[in-house]
Amino acid sequence: MSESPRRESPLAGVGSQPVVGDAATVRLAERPFRGQLNLRGDVASPTFVDAVTGVLGGPLPVQPNTVADHGEVRIFWLGPDEWLIITPEGAGSDLKTVLQKALEGIHFALSDVSSGQTTLVVSGPDAGSLLSKSCTLDLHPRAFAPGQCAQTLLAGSTVLLSRLDRAHGPEFELVVRRSFADYLWRCLADGAEEYQPA
Amino acid sequence: MTQPRRLPQGGRIDRSRELAFSFNGRPLQGYAGDTLAAALLANDVRLVARSFKYHRPRGIVGAGAEEPNALLQLGGGGHTLPHQRATQVELYAGLEAVSVNGWPSLEFDLMAINSRLAGLLPAGFYYKTFMWPQRFWGRYEHQIRRAAGLGRAPMEADPDRYDKTHVHCDVLIAGGGPAGLAAALAAGRSGARVILADEQAEFGGGLLGSREQLDGRPATDWVKAAVAELRGLPEVRMLPRSTVFGYYDHNLLTIAERVTDHLPPGISAGPRQRLWRVRAGRVVIAAGAIERPLVFGNNDRPGVMQASAVSTYLNRYAVAPGRAAAVFTNNDSAYRSALDLLDAGVEVAAVVDVRLRVDGELPARVRAAGIAVHSGYALVDVQGGKRVEGARLMALDSDGRGFSSAYPVGLRCDLIAMSGGWSPAVHLHSQSGGKPRFDETLAAFVPGTSCQAEVSVGAARGCFDLSGCLQEGFEAGAAAARAQGFEARPGAPMPAAVIIAQAPMMPMWRVPSWRGVKGPKQFVDFQNDTSAADIALAAREGYRSVEHVKRYTALGFGTDQGKLGNINGMAILAETLGQDIPSTGTTTFRPPYTPVSIGTLVGRTVGDLFDPLRKTAIHEWHVEHGAEFENVGQWKRPWYYPRQGESLDQAVYRECLAARRTVGVMDASTLGKIDVRGPDAAEFLNRVYTNGWTKLGVGRCRYGLMLGEDGMVMDDGVTARLADDHYYMTTTTGGAAHVMGWLERWLQTEWPDLKVYLTSVTDQWATVAVVGPQSRGVLAALCQDIDFAAEAFPFMAFREGTVAGVAARVFRISFSGELSYEINVPADYGRHVWEAVMAAGAAFDITPYGTESMHVLRAEKGFIIVGQDTDGSVTPDDLGMSWILAKNKDYLGRRSLLRPDSVRTDRKQMVGLKTLQPGFVLPEGAQLVDDPDAAKPVPMLGHVTSSYHSPCLGRSIALALIRNGRQRHGDVVYAPLSDGRIVRAEICDPVFYDPEGARQNV
Repeated sequence: MSESPRRESPLAGVGSQPVVGDAATVRLAERPFRGQLNLRGDVASPTFVDAVTGVLGGPLPVQPNTVADHGEVRIFWLGPDEWLIITPEGAGSDLKTVLQKALEGIHFALSDVSSGQTTLVVSGPDAGSLLSKSCTLDLHPRAFAPGQCAQTLLAGSTVLLSRLDRAHGPEFELVVRRSFADYLWRCLADGAEEYQPA
Repeated sequence: MTQPRRLPQGGRIDRSRELAFSFNGRPLQGYAGDTLAAALLANDVRLVARSFKYHRPRGIVGAGAEEPNALLQLGGGGHTLPHQRATQVELYAGLEAVSVNGWPSLEFDLMAINSRLAGLLPAGFYYKTFMWPQRFWGRYEHQIRRAAGLGRAPMEADPDRYDKTHVHCDVLIAGGGPAGLAAALAAGRSGARVILADEQAEFGGGLLGSREQLDGRPATDWVKAAVAELRGLPEVRMLPRSTVFGYYDHNLLTIAERVTDHLPPGISAGPRQRLWRVRAGRVVIAAGAIERPLVFGNNDRPGVMQASAVSTYLNRYAVAPGRAAAVFTNNDSAYRSALDLLDAGVEVAAVVDVRLRVDGELPARVRAAGIAVHSGYALVDVQGGKRVEGARLMALDSDGRGFSSAYPVGLRCDLIAMSGGWSPAVHLHSQSGGKPRFDETLAAFVPGTSCQAEVSVGAARGCFDLSGCLQEGFEAGAAAARAQGFEARPGAPMPAAVIIAQAPMMPMWRVPSWRGVKGPKQFVDFQNDTSAADIALAAREGYRSVEHVKRYTALGFGTDQGKLGNINGMAILAETLGQDIPSTGTTTFRPPYTPVSIGTLVGRTVGDLFDPLRKTAIHEWHVEHGAEFENVGQWKRPWYYPRQGESLDQAVYRECLAARRTVGVMDASTLGKIDVRGPDAAEFLNRVYTNGWTKLGVGRCRYGLMLGEDGMVMDDGVTARLADDHYYMTTTTGGAAHVMGWLERWLQTEWPDLKVYLTSVTDQWATVAVVGPQSRGVLAALCQDIDFAAEAFPFMAFREGTVAGVAARVFRISFSGELSYEINVPADYGRHVWEAVMAAGAAFDITPYGTESMHVLRAEKGFIIVGQDTDGSVTPDDLGMSWILAKNKDYLGRRSLLRPDSVRTDRKQMVGLKTLQPGFVLPEGAQLVDDPDAAKPVPMLGHVTSSYHSPCLGRSIALALIRNGRQRHGDVVYAPLSDGRIVRAEICDPVFYDPEGARQNV
């Protein structure tokens, strides 16, 4: 095949351009095509820990529901033996190869899930209010600060939620399974209606 | 003159904004700031409703949530709301209100004949009369409901938006009166997260309708300052028009916020209502108190009102609900209303007080104003029909249980302001699990011991002086914040109120009946027409429990939940039974405090957002190519692809033949997919599947059956061995999440020694199934690095390669019996690969097909679908699949297969069915019998699980579970259908097509 393969974000059906205008107090966008690796392994094994730390340039987060940033790589704690590693677009498969090599001979599991989930970004002063329409967790910065993450339900979809506050205000990232992304986007856009300037 | 009862000055209304509205079609005027009830009273509208049972004329009684009579239908079309309390409806321009009861009209109600027949309609009337004969209840019920008139539900879809949200806070304060505001100030200043919710449009609670002073200035000035301060605190959320209506476990409370209900329909300013689900660290209940009516003859006539409501209408809305008032009371607080009336220029005919000694400060002021105070007297009757025209009073004897005078004395009045004392609003405390306690001094139930992190303050606790309310509220707010870890910070102190000592009240649950049973009705529950005599009758008939009396007499059963009547009713029951009130107890207070619209509870989970719709990576292609969809679990799957003018049957016919004769293509992405990795992966699969996995070579696939612990078929699918320690498992579409949880559970709880990791990769892979004799050609055109020759890539093998430029896993497996390949690619490239397959297949007229054709193709082969052909009570042997049960190893469910019931020989077994009439397709679910004429109950053999027309066989086929079916091939059974037809069918082998399996081995 001469033509290079065409890829599509899970939001092909809704169009992933921000649906909420710049004047609104909440913005909705997608960060598609990032590298995503699901890692499972035993933190009691120093070989595993050392190998992963060496490749990632820092340790795995072992505190429940926390995030570790090593350069441009974000690592989410998913469980006592499970993590999600997110890389910038295009860096996922290289990292996978390096990690696999470093972990040779150890019991682990590394699965590329880059196509299986995407990231939605909700930002702006009312970002928390919008999410709270569909999320039972306490998203107040006192209770849910940058560096924390949570696997929870947003409306009817499981998401991996984290907070990345920026200079211009709160920003939440939602890692969502591909098949739910279209539904979740529509839910959020529907809930955001009241924050749009008339 | 418009608004004849409007006072020339005062009130919190905006006289510059006149609002036109209508009541029962009559155009009227009110002012911004009015409630509908206030505007009706300003227009001298007394008659607003007919009562539920007797159709007696009724007027506005209260000024708040407790209103039992003024329940009106608002608006029209889909926007209409039934049964709205006029006392809590903010007036807006164009508001249309109608009465819900009264036929043919409110003024002339034929059903009022019930009132004359009252003797025939005693308590428990419905139970006594309409229960016989039982089969007629349906007819009775319809008539009773029509006669009772409960408003009209809209037939149209609701055009409004509703929303709901979740919020967490340190302190939730229910009620924004003086105690609630004080609590919010104390808690808010500390920096704690505070929510202050109040059901009214303005904060201030009872102060808005009073003339109280704080620090020598109108109390409303302090309210204004407090609200301004609270609005400036960043962690304080103020929710006006918001009723805290439910208190549940773990300090979860629900609030109904009426966001835009006060605006005319069509104004877009956010959702109509919003449900707040609040998780609160501490709760301060400052919900106030409700003034009790007095129970006396004809106390339901329009113009008999709560004394506090009269004051509210005078002070807050500048409306005089009458020209000449009588005040009837058993306590001092109603004397404030007498003074309010007097100062508003309304004549006060007299104050009638059941207490023999009346010497408090407020009564003294009333006497000083020249108003007659009849102490030791009671009103025994009200004259007038559609409005009060006068009242009669009699002197009580010394214990208040009889009369010392023989005849009543008349009193001219058109308004009666009554007060039977105050009932703290213990509803939320009770909902939280607390048991209200009876306070003899207040003659009222007050909050008991707290079961959750809540405290009641102010009038809700039984504190009825303003200074006390402010103090209690402030302290409770500070304490709640402290308990959440926030220290008090200084701020303006609470203001001081003028303290007026109040003399004790005298409980008077029921005024003695003046003429015994012939006396006028004394109503306890206005909304449900329950009288004191009804309660006494229930007691005489043997009812002892207040819960039973409630259900027998309908006391407190209305939408007002007995806010006015319950305490009086319980006390009357206690008196009749000769026991005290605490041992009689209260009925249970349940959410909601006031009715909540269904739309508010539903929020935005309507239409397409009702439940998640999961879509595959190829979904939009299906949409663009006209697919009809079906829901499979939460997935949207293409059902069939009709061409111009094609029916389902025609499309399926074409699709099935294409897959059998040339090539078809199906989106199989929804199958569950699990990566299984680790040195013990083979052993793990051995345990969870019935067959053996150790010998499966790398690059090969195997079908597996998963059983529950009960030995019943739970899931099935094909698993491939990608590497020595790496398997790729597929599950059914609907069972994916359950299987993932099931497998993790065994690994985590029972087999932690197994070195196996699972990862769900369902969404990572898009799966394109290319099916049919020409599928090899299509694949070969798309992929150069896999050898598709039969011997190089045999059936039940898998290969990795590049399909249409995308790294792919290709499985040669078949759910149709045809030569077929399933291409798995990262889902981002799913649509690209699908389109490449369509392009490469064009030469073969490749035909996309949906789930319906998939079902037909697999049924022709006798392949089961777990969940359709099985129902959780089917063993592998029932399906004729004993071949898949390994003998030499253990697996989940194995032991259950040895239970006596599992090894019965006459279990229902999977068979094929061919109708004797080949064109007839049996309905799925049809029951099968040997003899349709057998005596009832006809013994059932089993039922049809799958049934289709088979295009390639040119006849109908069905799968069925039939008792002992495998031994009965060739027998004819009967399917008696619901339309009366009886269809004959022959039992046969479930494999209808290509039983040798030759077509997939090419």
